[in-house]
Amino acid sequence: MQLKFQVKGMDFSRAGQAATKIKKALQLAGMDPATIRKAIIIAYEAEMNIVIHAYHGTLTANITPHKVEIIAEDEGPGIPDIPLAMQEGYSTAPPHIREMGFGAGMGLPNIKKSADELDIQSEVNKGTKLWAAVFNN
Amino acid sequence: MQQYFHSVRLDEEKCKGCTNCIKHCPTEAIRVRKGRARIIEERCIDCGECIRICPNQAKLAITDCLEKLKDFKYTVALPAPSFYGQFKPEVTPSQVLSALLALGFHDVFEVALAAEAVSWAIRHYMGVCVDRPRPLISSACPAVVRLIQVRFPSLLEHIIPIESPMEIAGRMAREQACRKTGLEPDEIGTFFITPCPAKVTEVKQPSEGRSSVDGAISMAVVYGALLKRLEMPAPYPVAPRASGVGIGWGRAGGENEAIKAGSLLAVDGIHSVISVLEEIERGGLTDIDYLEAQACTGGCIGGPLVPQNPFVARVRMGNLVKYYRSQEKWEFPRELDYYRLKTPIPARPALTLAKDPQVALARLEEAERICTELPGLDCGSCGSPSCRALAEDIVQGYARRSYCIFELRERLQQLAEEMVELAQKQPPAMGRDWKQIRDGGVETD
Repeated sequence: MQLKFQVKGMDFSRAGQAATKIKKALQLAGMDPATIRKAIIIAYEAEMNIVIHAYHGTLTANITPHKVEIIAEDEGPGIPDIPLAMQEGYSTAPPHIREMGFGAGMGLPNIKKSADELDIQSEVNKGTKLWAAVFNN
Repeated sequence: MQQYFHSVRLDEEKCKGCTNCIKHCPTEAIRVRKGRARIIEERCIDCGECIRICPNQAKLAITDCLEKLKDFKYTVALPAPSFYGQFKPEVTPSQVLSALLALGFHDVFEVALAAEAVSWAIRHYMGVCVDRPRPLISSACPAVVRLIQVRFPSLLEHIIPIESPMEIAGRMAREQACRKTGLEPDEIGTFFITPCPAKVTEVKQPSEGRSSVDGAISMAVVYGALLKRLEMPAPYPVAPRASGVGIGWGRAGGENEAIKAGSLLAVDGIHSVISVLEEIERGGLTDIDYLEAQACTGGCIGGPLVPQNPFVARVRMGNLVKYYRSQEKWEFPRELDYYRLKTPIPARPALTLAKDPQVALARLEEAERICTELPGLDCGSCGSPSCRALAEDIVQGYARRSYCIFELRERLQQLAEEMVELAQKQPPAMGRDWKQIRDGGVETD
């Protein structure tokens, strides 16, 4: 089944809500706790990336008994250098975002750690599409 | 034997079937059916939120009574640290402990004392265990531990594998009593003076093997009986041995003050605990070493079975902590194995829609669809805590669509309209105005 959420850039008051809903759905579906943990970390970080960096986007979860796919698609500045963005601590978040405790440069590295499969496509000044999969054992 | 023991029960006589409790339950474990609240056993974590919220006092906690002392040759009272905060300033802890003896106990072992030893064990564990998950979560509050079992099973590995102060107190008290009396361990009864139903459940149904504590008596019950005996001369006076470090465990933040190592975070109140656990679950708070988490606001002094107002108790606790800060150190076992939990805490996945994931997913999809059609007012009149919960109940066969009073009203309205419409339709044979024909008037159409 599919769950789809609209995510608005800079809307910190509702940030994380989509990820929380995805978590609840996975729990209802009886997924393994380890799968849920990985999927929620990916969903949350991907959602935060849209909130922090993009104008708006969607967060989608495709759930089957054997696999959870998390897809985050946004319209935004894009990522010029993906390998660089994957490095721990590398961040382009402006100071006022960092002051709120976000943008520590751990988002994509955390996603990479949690995902069994990961693909990121990005075009500068257009947007980014992140696709991640977690297998349910 | 039943699958789950619960201290929190319903008084059928008093329950009016209102929806206060279902709306406040942190695990959505209550439904109203046939005008009475029903607790879903596998979801209940015995936190006691419903006891607090019920306007009709229909929710109660089953605890042991003082009569149970007679089952043992020798009995030891284990007063919770929060117990000291229940009395007026002129009543000293020594008087309180002595009065426990007047109540029929043979000896007293302060849980605050065990809490000091457990504080050492936690500090020591964090020192030796370098590759531990961060943050570690306290195992002291049984309602929080069960909340994690039910709602956050992926965080079970974060719970520190160290026994709670109550469990350690029971063990130490029994060992001490055996040495003192020469009796067999079975002949000694250890009784926790409890501020909450969650501890009662921990005693009756521990997550591993058998509890070192034989019974749990409500603090409110002991308090009433004790007040009368404060004036009476005790069989022999008991001096408190616990220092401020252990006594402080009875209030929010006290556990962390006692541990005093690494970066510590304290959270109290079940709904605040949930939001912090959610943050940990999505990979946050890794800069924190240890999380003190207590289901009751204010910590144990805010427990549902505590007689004193928690804010008053808090001040009293603060004074006691200051006063007893300088107590002499006592000798407790300094090896970690003494405190270790022997088996991992199991998950209690009570929130799945079906055992088979294929069926569960189909039901989830159906629940999502139903949820969008329901009014979304979360009124609770259907007996489920929210429209979302009703949708989940429907797909599992526990509720029917007609339970929603708004949908029912809409359907009745439709039905009524159809009836009016039907009433206006006449069969062809009746298409004349009978009255006029009878009176010899002209037939009209």
